[in-house]
This record gives sequence, structure tokens and C-alpha cells, in this order.
Amino acid sequence: MSLLFLVFGALAYAPLAAWLGGRSSAVVAVGPLVLFGAFLTFVPVVADGGHILETWNWIPSLGVTAAFRVDGLSLTFALLITGIGACIFLYASAYLSGAERLPRFYATLALFMASMIGAVLADDLVLLVVFWELTSLTSFLLIGYRPENPATRRSAQQGFLITVTGGLAMLAGVIVLGTAAGTTSISGIASQGGAIANHPSAPAIIILIACGAFAKSAQAPLHSWLANAMVAPTPVSAYLHSATMVKLGVYLLARLNPTFGEHAVWVGLLMTFGAITMVTGAALALRETDLKKILAYSTIASLGTLVLLIGTPGQLAAVAAMTFLIVHALYKACLFMVAGIIDHEAGTRDASFLRGLRRTMPLTSAVGLVGALSMAGLPPLFGFIGKELVYEAAFADPLAWLTVALLVPTNAVMVVVAGLAGWRAFAGEPVAAASTAHDPGPAMLAGPALLALLGATFGLLPSLVGSSLILPAAAAVSGLPVTYKLALWHGFTPMLVASLVTLAAGAIIYRSWDQIRARLAGTSFFEDKGPDRAYDHLMAGLQSLAVWQTGLIQNGSLRSYAGRVFLVIAAGASATLLLRQGLQIPSFQGVLGAEIILAALLCISAIAVTAARNIFSGIVSAGIVGFAVALVFLFQGAPDLAFTQFSVEALAIVIFLGIIGRMPFRERDYRTRPERLRDGAIALALGLTATLVMLAVISQPFNDRLSAFFRDASVPHAHGRNIVNVIIVDFRALDTLGEIAVLGLAALAAAAVLAGLRKPVEEKSP
Amino acid sequence: MNSLILRTSSKLVLPVALVFSIYVLLRGHNEPGGGFIGGLIAAAGITVHALPRGRDAMMKTLRLTPKAMIGVGLLLALAAGIPALMGGEPYLTHLWPFPAAGLGTALIFDVGVYLTVIGSVLTFLSFYLES
Repeated sequence: MSLLFLVFGALAYAPLAAWLGGRSSAVVAVGPLVLFGAFLTFVPVVADGGHILETWNWIPSLGVTAAFRVDGLSLTFALLITGIGACIFLYASAYLSGAERLPRFYATLALFMASMIGAVLADDLVLLVVFWELTSLTSFLLIGYRPENPATRRSAQQGFLITVTGGLAMLAGVIVLGTAAGTTSISGIASQGGAIANHPSAPAIIILIACGAFAKSAQAPLHSWLANAMVAPTPVSAYLHSATMVKLGVYLLARLNPTFGEHAVWVGLLMTFGAITMVTGAALALRETDLKKILAYSTIASLGTLVLLIGTPGQLAAVAAMTFLIVHALYKACLFMVAGIIDHEAGTRDASFLRGLRRTMPLTSAVGLVGALSMAGLPPLFGFIGKELVYEAAFADPLAWLTVALLVPTNAVMVVVAGLAGWRAFAGEPVAAASTAHDPGPAMLAGPALLALLGATFGLLPSLVGSSLILPAAAAVSGLPVTYKLALWHGFTPMLVASLVTLAAGAIIYRSWDQIRARLAGTSFFEDKGPDRAYDHLMAGLQSLAVWQTGLIQNGSLRSYAGRVFLVIAAGASATLLLRQGLQIPSFQGVLGAEIILAALLCISAIAVTAARNIFSGIVSAGIVGFAVALVFLFQGAPDLAFTQFSVEALAIVIFLGIIGRMPFRERDYRTRPERLRDGAIALALGLTATLVMLAVISQPFNDRLSAFFRDASVPHAHGRNIVNVIIVDFRALDTLGEIAVLGLAALAAAAVLAGLRKPVEEKSP
Repeated sequence: MNSLILRTSSKLVLPVALVFSIYVLLRGHNEPGGGFIGGLIAAAGITVHALPRGRDAMMKTLRLTPKAMIGVGLLLALAAGIPALMGGEPYLTHLWPFPAAGLGTALIFDVGVYLTVIGSVLTFLSFYLES
């Protein structure tokens, strides 16, 4: 099936999703399901190490194509996006049943899914950027689903600003990369191997693109938006912020790893920020009591792990990254939905308070438990394989001791989070809120149950996803074919020891979570000094900057606007003239005659304008300038021009004086001496510039080809001897038609503006 | 602006300005002049007449609102190009059935320019006139 068709089919699904979702129909999940099925048909090709490339013409003048490509990496993402998407759509149809603005919500969710699909399938950097920004835009709308809440607005704006700012940096990086590689095609860049890494601008490319990827994937210190985005409805949180969108940054890094994987800046940047994010996310997760926030911070920790793994050189790290990617998507989406069910049924998500839901919600508790076991990394679940692989990759790294030392506590926190999200609320003696709770309907439970089941199935039968998806994906990440055999049991290895240590540490922390949390929550460092505060300070700074510069630039005085415009014109034109060495003085031989009197008259009246104390004398003086210019035209053989200039001047003076007679600005419009000096200086600068430009122009030899043509053609072709009029009404009649249309429209527009100003006056005087 | 001198003199200015503007409009194809200049002259004459008398008096004299004048002018200019189209020639190629008398579609076009200019100036002006 054509990939273009799949992407556009997904986009076109939005109106249908709006219609189905607005009726809270579970059928809304069929769209993503169909797409999932379509992507499944690519698995055989990809499992054989093949790929599918489709190229359509888009912007040929820039060499940009609408190219789509399916290989292991993009197929893994596409299956996660559509598969988990189907579960989310189904879940949302029950969870949000009867909520407001549902059609818009489902349309946005479908558009988000489509842009994710487009982003991971794009085989052109420009196309990728377009879909990338679309995901930012749609996620902004999804996070801001309930805009009446100020916290929602802030979170939506924060997520948008951070990801889009990163996206701009990425766009710059993409342009530099496209220039360095000579192509914007991603597979074209990949086929050059690591050669581009030797390009002098490689460090700049890496840093710029990493900015975009880090912002999207919530790497520290840009992570706060992801946790704040938990104000979104749970289906959105589950979808965007744990399974798909935040992994787009990881996807891009994975995609470019074959090109830059050997570069020291790449390795250093990814490993450093990945490790910092991992530890930050884990530390912050322990402080929270809201289940969704706990899960969100553990997502940040997981994203850090993924970035760390991609930065780690070697094929094993690639296999570990891809395995952990799938593991995480499965359990995180499952646990998010379970947290949503708990909230929906018990009315709260407070992990420190909820107990004993197991008795009234047996099915949900079973699903949550399976998901949590995978998250904790216990055999025989898929999470165990993932965690063992992560440790194995870490042990293979030269900096193994450091990486493992950071991974063990992080994974221990994962165990704690798993316990909180999948066990604590269900176990123990029921609290009051638990007694009324009960298992939700199949629409809400089917998705998380299926994902939990997959986590268990892949754990027992890793070959199901091993050679068909993970190895091709890992091959795309490392740039080389990968051979590895996923297995549940590796024997007694250092990894197993690390796993056991992790579990033990996790269990200890879990038992004393209440005390640890209370102590961590007591420290206000993150509230006072954390990046979320920094964001607020930045926004406040931006506001005051805007206020300051608005007051400076837009002070409401027409006079200062005009003065600045003239100054800019004078400075810009004279600078260009000087820098381009355009200064030229023509020979004045035989030119100066009686017109010198006109020149003197012009100068005198121009000085009179600048010296005028009030607006009346200013207008009259300006009129004299205009008449003098008209006389110049007349003596230089342009009677039509002179004629027009006379009429315009006369009309302008009459109208100006007529209007000013009615205006209230007679008294206060006297200019002070410094003001007149300032205006005179501006006028002098502009006049000098115009004179220099004119001198440069008339220094050029005159080409009379056009004059000769019009002189010869005007009578035979247009039956007229006045060349100017012939040009206006005949040779360039279409131009004139456009001009009079503009004139008429300008008058109408001015009338509309003036009518608007008139209204309040008329209302006052009946 | 309601001065006696302006009031009295403008009585004379208006007809002179209108006649002169039409003269300028008609001679434009061969001598300095044309629709644009003619329009400006007529507008100046009407402005002088209207300033002391106010908006309602101006509307009464005109019998056609300034906005309608813009519309008529633009339509005339547009229509001047249509005969050429019907003859299979490019739009706005002017036809000269009576070249000796100086009559052709170019004149219709110029009259369109003339009316549009008058209409535009007066549309703008009418908002500053006392009603």
C-alpha cells in the first residue's frame, strides 16, 4: 500500500473521528486499527532486512521531495503510534463520554496521530520538520483541551513554546545539515555513512538538532513541560506524553545516529544529558503523590535512559534502546490508562491515600499489576528482557562503572513507581473512596489489558518482536546489520546481579516511600530554583521587555513614526550607497541655467517648512515646494507631470486647510525649537540621501530605447500625440486600471476607518 | 471654513473648474492633460465649492454619491477593454472606429479614470465636511 496514501488517509481520518468521537462511539478506534493492520503488512519486508522507499515530487526547485520510507525504525514507531493509538481512541470513547468539545478533541487527536506517522515515515528532513511542528501544534491543542483552567493554559503554552523553540533550533540544524550533505534526503544522508561527521559544521549541526530533539523528548533542563502537561485528559497524557510524541526526539536521534554516532560531541552530549535526565526524572518521581505525575516523571527518566543508550556506541546499545522503547511504550500507556481508571472510579489519583481497590476492581487491579511487573523489570515479563539488555549495554561501555552506578538507582525508582502505580492503590484495607469504585466497561479496560498482555507475551516469546522488529530497528539505529538473540534467560551474569540489586533497592525504597517522599517534598529547591521557575521568570522578562519596547516604539505619535521611517530610509539608502561605492557626481556642464532660480526657491521653501512654527505655515510652505517642483517639471519638458503636480498640490492644500480648520489640534501643535531642530536634521538627512541617489542615477548613461519606441509608436498605434497619456490609457492601460482600482479602494478603506471614528461622536450628539 | 469670500468666489470657481476639467480630459490624448489631471481639477473645484457649504450641499450638487462615482468610473474603465475581447484581441486593446475625430475606447477608459479620481477624492473629503 502506498505510504503517501497511509499518511493522507490518517490525516483525512480527522473529520470522521470528529463525527464518531463526538457521539462517544467506540467505533472511533477502527481508524487507527486499520492503519495498524496496514503497517503490519510491511513486517515481512522489514524482517528480511529490506525497506520501502517512496518518492513524490514536492519542491523540485529546492531538491525537496515528499519521500516516505519504511524500515525497522520507522515501522516500530508507526506500529506503536497506530497500535497504542487504537487502544487510546477506544479508551477515550468511554473515558471522555459526554465531555465538552469532543468532536474537536477527536479531530485533533487524529491529526496528531497522522502527524506522528508522517514524521516517522518522512525520508526528507524538510518533510520531517513540517510533520514535527504539526505534532507540536496538535499537542498544544490537546494539552489545552480545557482552556478555561489557567493551569491548563500555562501548561499548553509552556509545552508549545519549549518544543517549538527547540524545533526552530532543529530547523537551523536541518538546513546546515542539508547544505553540508548536499541533500535533504534522510536516506541520502545515511548512505554517506559517517562522512558528514568530518564536515567542519558537524558540531553545530549536532548541537542544533539535539536542541530540538531534547526539547521534544523532555531532556533536562527542558523537562518541566512534560510533567505540567499532565493537566491534559488522561487519554492525551497516555498517548502523547508517554507513548508517542515525546519519543519523537528519541526517534530523530536514533535516525541520525548512523551519521553522527562516532562523533565525540554526539556521544558526549547524548550520554551527558541522557544521564542527567534519567537521574532528575527518577528523583522528581519520588516526591509526587499524584499517580499521573509520578508516571510522568518516570517517563522523563525513561527518555533519559533512551537518549543515553542511543549515545552509547555499539550495536548492543542499539538493540537495548529499541527493546526498551517498545517495553516502555507498552507498560507506560497501560499504567497511564489504569491511573485514569482509578481516577475515574475513585475520584482521586492520590497515591498516598488510595488503598484496597483490589476488592471492588479486580480486573483493573490485575491489569495494573501485570503492567507494573513489566515496569519493575521482573521475569517473565518483557520489561525484564529490556532491563537486562540495558544493563548489558551499559557493562559493555568503557564508562561502565559510572553508567551502571546511575542506572541502578534510576531503575530502583522505576520499581518503586511500578509499585505505586500498579500495586499500592489496589492492596491493603479499602479506604472510603474505594468502596463505591468498580471495574469499568470493556471499552476502557480492553486497551490497557491488551497492552499488559502483550508485555507478558513478548516476555515469554521474545522472538515475536525480536527478529521482525527490534533487530531491523537496531540495524537502522547503528547503521549496520545487527545479529543478536533476545532471550528471557541469560544465565548467571553481572546483569542479573545488577537486576537483583535494583529490585532489592527498589523494595527498600518502596517500603519507606512515605518517609522519603515527605523528606523530599519538604525541600523546596525545585519549586524555587528549578527550570519551571526559570521558565516563569523568562516569560515575565519577555513580558516586561515587550511592555518596554512597545512604549518606546509605539508611542502613538504620528510625528515620531514618520520621523523614524524617514531616518531609517535615509540611513539604509545612504549606507547601501556608500558600501556599494555608488557615489557618483555627474558633469553639470551646460545644465545650470535659469533653473538656478527655481533651485533657490525650492531650498528657501524647504527651509521654511522645517522652520514653520505651526502646521498652517508648514502646509503652505510645503505647497510652495510642490509648485516649485512642478515648475522644474515644466521647464524640463514634462508638461503632463507638471500639470498633475500642480493639481495635486492645489487640491492637497485646499483639503488640508479645510480639514485642519475642523481639527482640534490648532493650539498644542506648535513645535518647540529643539523639535524643529530635530525635524530639520531628519529632513536634511533624507534630502541629502535622496540627492546623492539622484546624482548617482543621472550619472548613468541614459538608455532611450523605450522613449524612442513610444515616440514612434504612439500615433500609428494609439492615435495620440501625448505620449504620457497614450502610455496611461493605451500601452499600459491594464496598469492604470490596477492603479485606479487601488485609488478607489484606498478611498473606500479610508472612508471605512473614518466612519468608525465618527460613530461615537454622532452617538453623543442626538 | 464658512467665509463669505470663499462662499462667493467658489460659486464662480465650480463651473469654470468643471468646464476646464472636461476640456483637459478631452484634449489629453494629444496635448498635456487626460483623465487623471482632469479629475484632480474637477475635484479641486468641487472641494472649493463644498468646503464652505458642507457635506449635504455637496451631495445635492453631485446627485451621485462619491462612492457610486468610484464604482461607475471603475466599471467604465473595465468596460473599455471588452470590445477588444469580443473582436478576438487582447483585453484593453483600444479600438478606434473614428480615429480622425479622436473617438475610441481609449476615451471611455479615460473618462473612467476621471470619475474614479473625483470619486476617490470626494469620498475621503466627505468625512471632513461639516454636515
